[in-house]
Amino acid sequence: MSTGSYERAALTTPRAETTTPRAETPPAPARASKPIARSGKEASAPAVPPRVGRTVLRSPGGRIAVLVDIRACLVCVALALVLVVVGVVSLTTGDYHIPVLDVVRTLFGRGDAADTFIVQTLRLPRLLTALLAGAALGVGGAMFQSVSRNPLGSPDVIGFTTGAATGALIEILVLNGGAGQIATGAVLGGVVTALAVYLLAMKRGVSGYRLILVGIGIAAMLESANAYLLTRANITDAQAAAVWLTGSLNGRGWEQVRPTALALAVLLPLAVWLGRDLRMLELGDDVGQALGVSAERTRLAAVLVGVGVTAVATAATGPIAFVALAAPQLAKRLTNASGPNIVASAFMGAALLAASDLAAQRLFAPRQLPVGVMTGLVGGLYLAWLLRREWRRGRA
Amino acid sequence: MTARLHADDVRLAYDQRVVVDELTVAIPDGEFTVIVGPNACGKSTLLRALARMLTPKHGAVHLDGQLIRALPSKEVARRLGLLPQTPIAPDGITVADLVARGRYPHQGLLRQWSRDDETATQEAMAATDVSDLAGRYVDELSGGQRQRVWLAMALAQQTGILLLDEPTTFLDIAHQLEVLDLCADLHEHQGRTLVAVLHDLNHACRYATHLIAMRDGQIVAEGHPDEIVTAELVEDVFGLACRIIADPESGTPLVIPAVRRRVAAAPAPAEELPCP
Repeated sequence: MSTGSYERAALTTPRAETTTPRAETPPAPARASKPIARSGKEASAPAVPPRVGRTVLRSPGGRIAVLVDIRACLVCVALALVLVVVGVVSLTTGDYHIPVLDVVRTLFGRGDAADTFIVQTLRLPRLLTALLAGAALGVGGAMFQSVSRNPLGSPDVIGFTTGAATGALIEILVLNGGAGQIATGAVLGGVVTALAVYLLAMKRGVSGYRLILVGIGIAAMLESANAYLLTRANITDAQAAAVWLTGSLNGRGWEQVRPTALALAVLLPLAVWLGRDLRMLELGDDVGQALGVSAERTRLAAVLVGVGVTAVATAATGPIAFVALAAPQLAKRLTNASGPNIVASAFMGAALLAASDLAAQRLFAPRQLPVGVMTGLVGGLYLAWLLRREWRRGRA
Repeated sequence: MTARLHADDVRLAYDQRVVVDELTVAIPDGEFTVIVGPNACGKSTLLRALARMLTPKHGAVHLDGQLIRALPSKEVARRLGLLPQTPIAPDGITVADLVARGRYPHQGLLRQWSRDDETATQEAMAATDVSDLAGRYVDELSGGQRQRVWLAMALAQQTGILLLDEPTTFLDIAHQLEVLDLCADLHEHQGRTLVAVLHDLNHACRYATHLIAMRDGQIVAEGHPDEIVTAELVEDVFGLACRIIADPESGTPLVIPAVRRRVAAAPAPAEELPCP
């Protein structure tokens, strides 16, 4: 083709023009020298793994190649160790001290009756609820922060937790429901709120800031609805509702552990799977789509799973503040990895909630604080720090 | 002329606002196509539609003889890449990590990082000269470096067709030419089909092997720049009176804007003239 060679000849000259003065290299035919320079660089470049701190596990045929982030794994292991320590302390100490060995015995059904009752009925389910709800909140926060591309985009800021509370309050105050109905009410309230926020924020796709702003608006409205419900209630109901509203693990038993565990068994793998697509969408919708991710579908799925885990956690414990907000951000800082960091966020949420509950139980013993008070205290400080940091960077 | 990618009688609109209507275009294989036109003439919109990011209200876009809308998104992403105008880099992402994400369409749940991914990433970084930046954070790079990193990501995707929306914005003149040289390299040496939206007509004339001039959502002219770029065309498309001379360096058409009558006494607007 004549144009091709013509074009090539035409391109040679401007190339020499632009590179020579800048690089101050002898005016050799720049076009010819460039590929050589490149291949030279390629050869001399050390074989840096394209992702530092990661390793690949490959099956012999190379059909399976799983990317392992070493740092993220270490973070998860460290958090798991924290969980073990918190767990041991939670199970052994308290009004009655039970040595570790006796605790282990009760777990295998060989402890004495008193120990077994305390561990199996009081302490273990409470600990497990804390772990599961904490993990769920961490994952929910990670999903929403990733979808909204904003560290403030957590379910407790954008109204889903408040909506769950509204659902629960209606059950407690209006319908006089029991624990099961309250949990259902919370799940329903959360889901309905999520749908409302999603639809209101939707305008040619959902953008991060719209989601957060609409969410904050809805949260404020629901907040006043909740307050109104409380003023209309009689004093005993109102008190029960107020306790539920702070979020507490007091008296949580297997009836909370089982449904939460079941829901997480379904939702967590989904969250991990969606996490891969969410990582891509963090590059913006256009780049994400150019890389083969369907933006709206992924986002809707992420919102649904995120609402699901948050609602499940809220149903089990009541609205616990700040775990969803703080856990993903702390996990991100520890793993130093971009993306939603679903697994690390789950571990971090579990560790935060279990540790907070331990502190709430023991710090002011014999008085038992609801865990929501504890996380609210710590989380408030974190939120202030986060806002200050965002403000400094001129974003909030 | 064969064309793997073509749009047939498409109407493109955002909500009710129709940007492009009754437009038919084919992207010739193995050519470096440049789309030019005044602001808001629908260039980017057309690019988005060609990349399956915008569904036409009417008509259809075809890739390899199939309806592009009917293909799975990952399948499209293995054949066709797009670098948008202002991509977002997440906080605290490194250059290597960003470039590696270009491999996503080639990966799966159990195939997260193959040897092909490794080589493609390294080649892309070498071609764009960002290998030395691998461990750096994207947010600390200069505009020119960042643009090359994004290009590296698009290259790592290893698609036969690559669409670039204004790849030279925010770059100084030397970096603009560097990016265009790289595009020309990709087109000449790797036989990729390139489509770029450019604002600088003279760059377009110098690098394009196929030029598409658009105005008000319509294609006014298309063909090799030598054949189609005339003073009448520029006047028609941009409303700019000008003279066309042969570029003293490349021989391609060079657009010299006319001095406006009212300011005839003042020196000619320097930025529109090629540097001596």
